[in-house]
Amino acid sequence: MPTDDIFILGITMTKFGKHPDLDTIDLASEAVMGALADGQVTMADIGVIAAGNLMGAGLGIGQALQKQVGQTGIPVYNVANACATGATALRTIVMALKAGECEAGLAVGVEKLAGAGLLAGGARKSDENAWSPHGRYGAVAAIDGRIGTDTMPGVFAQIGQEYGHKYGGTSFELFARISEKNHAHSTLNPLAAYTKSMTLEQIMGDLMIAYPNTRPMCSANCDGAAAAVLVTGEKLKTLSSEQQRRAVKVSASILTTDPWEEACQVLPNVNTLTRNAATQAYEQAGVGPEDLDLVELHDCFATAELVHYDNLMLCPEGGAVDFFESGAPFREGKTPVNVSGGLESKGHPIAATGIANVWEVCHHLRGEAGPRQIPDAKVGLAHVIGLGSACGVHILERSAA
Amino acid sequence: MPKQIPLVEYLVLGDRPHLVAHECTTCGARFFDRRNACANDGGTEFRRVDIATEGELRTFTIVAFAAPGVPVPFVAGVIDCDGTSVRGNVINVEPDPEHVSTGMKLRLATYSLGEDDSGTEAIGFGFEPLP
Repeated sequence: MPTDDIFILGITMTKFGKHPDLDTIDLASEAVMGALADGQVTMADIGVIAAGNLMGAGLGIGQALQKQVGQTGIPVYNVANACATGATALRTIVMALKAGECEAGLAVGVEKLAGAGLLAGGARKSDENAWSPHGRYGAVAAIDGRIGTDTMPGVFAQIGQEYGHKYGGTSFELFARISEKNHAHSTLNPLAAYTKSMTLEQIMGDLMIAYPNTRPMCSANCDGAAAAVLVTGEKLKTLSSEQQRRAVKVSASILTTDPWEEACQVLPNVNTLTRNAATQAYEQAGVGPEDLDLVELHDCFATAELVHYDNLMLCPEGGAVDFFESGAPFREGKTPVNVSGGLESKGHPIAATGIANVWEVCHHLRGEAGPRQIPDAKVGLAHVIGLGSACGVHILERSAA
Repeated sequence: MPKQIPLVEYLVLGDRPHLVAHECTTCGARFFDRRNACANDGGTEFRRVDIATEGELRTFTIVAFAAPGVPVPFVAGVIDCDGTSVRGNVINVEPDPEHVSTGMKLRLATYSLGEDDSGTEAIGFGFEPLP
């Protein structure tokens, strides 16, 4: 193997769901101990840590984690990048290893969100008894709900509807069927927050959050953590044949932000930065979308999954509806998408998501995914979007060893 | 007539209520709040421009579940006002998918948010279907 490549040596995710008796440190530690054991290394082997916990950003989850599992004095980067936080932690370690700073690093993301409800658009206070301008817009009263919506289900609903306006073919039912697929996929994933399939009628008849997204079409707030141990190719050469066999190559690690375009500051444009990240990732990895055996993409809402078929170039431009209708993104299809159940059913503990999706891909590449194994998977892609925006794309390949 | 104040600074009241933006003098990029430099080309000079008051609904959602204190349902969307994208609510329409669709023609409309203790009336804006 070329020694300038980066490999995932060990990786794990906790069960996603409700963990009332575990705090973020417990969950992160469980993931880290699991990743170290999976890679057959210890904290003594780790040279750098990147840690994310979006809701606790500023509290230093990395150092809290060290106190729980091993204070070796190595540098910690506490990272925050909205829903791309986990991918950012991973990318930080890749950069550290590529820079030659050390031979092995640890990326971890953790969140406790069970029962959190809406995560944006704070409660509106009653209007003041004197209208006086505040903030960047000189607003005399709350804007959310009066000038559009700040809620994530509403923002991503508009993103999906915009795609439908541009290319046609979308409907409430189409978006609901995407959700139906992911809920069906999750029945094979014991670590998913929700593991029950839902009928189209159940999904469409559930509580409407922001048309066309009903509750099961929204990512599931839950608790969870994921962690990965990464090593340089040079280091991997010195490890056992078993470790080399299970190592997964990071063929591409990309992080982008959104370049300016008309309207991007009015409604977040999650399309261009994803397309840019995918383009760079395919080039870096030397693979194309047609080579992917599975894709874990950021279905924070059913309306988001559709646009990312196109953004990741899994279909021709404008062809996302046809791509779905062809059956391609189902687990039996040409390009299985979110066989884990995705954010809608596996769950979305924010900072864990960008590592958990990589774990899912690795699980298949190693041939260890049990009943949900995609047969003979060799190459996979993991994608996340953090609004604001940041996009992380990782392409992973089965070890040649 | 009571003294009026707009909900946001970029809403200009008067006989012909309209929105205004800061436009980069070199590339024409438009911003509804202040910028130190243009996000598109780095230009540092801006001029104030009026935004067209009629447009087309490019996308929307019907928010049925919002933060506490925000009345629902309401229609939130992006309106293409002669090439400038504007965030706003679609108002004076039934908030259901039978009455709202992308591509519909809209125009700016204002409404009262009520008077404060000194009798000043706050005026908000939305976009309503063209008659």
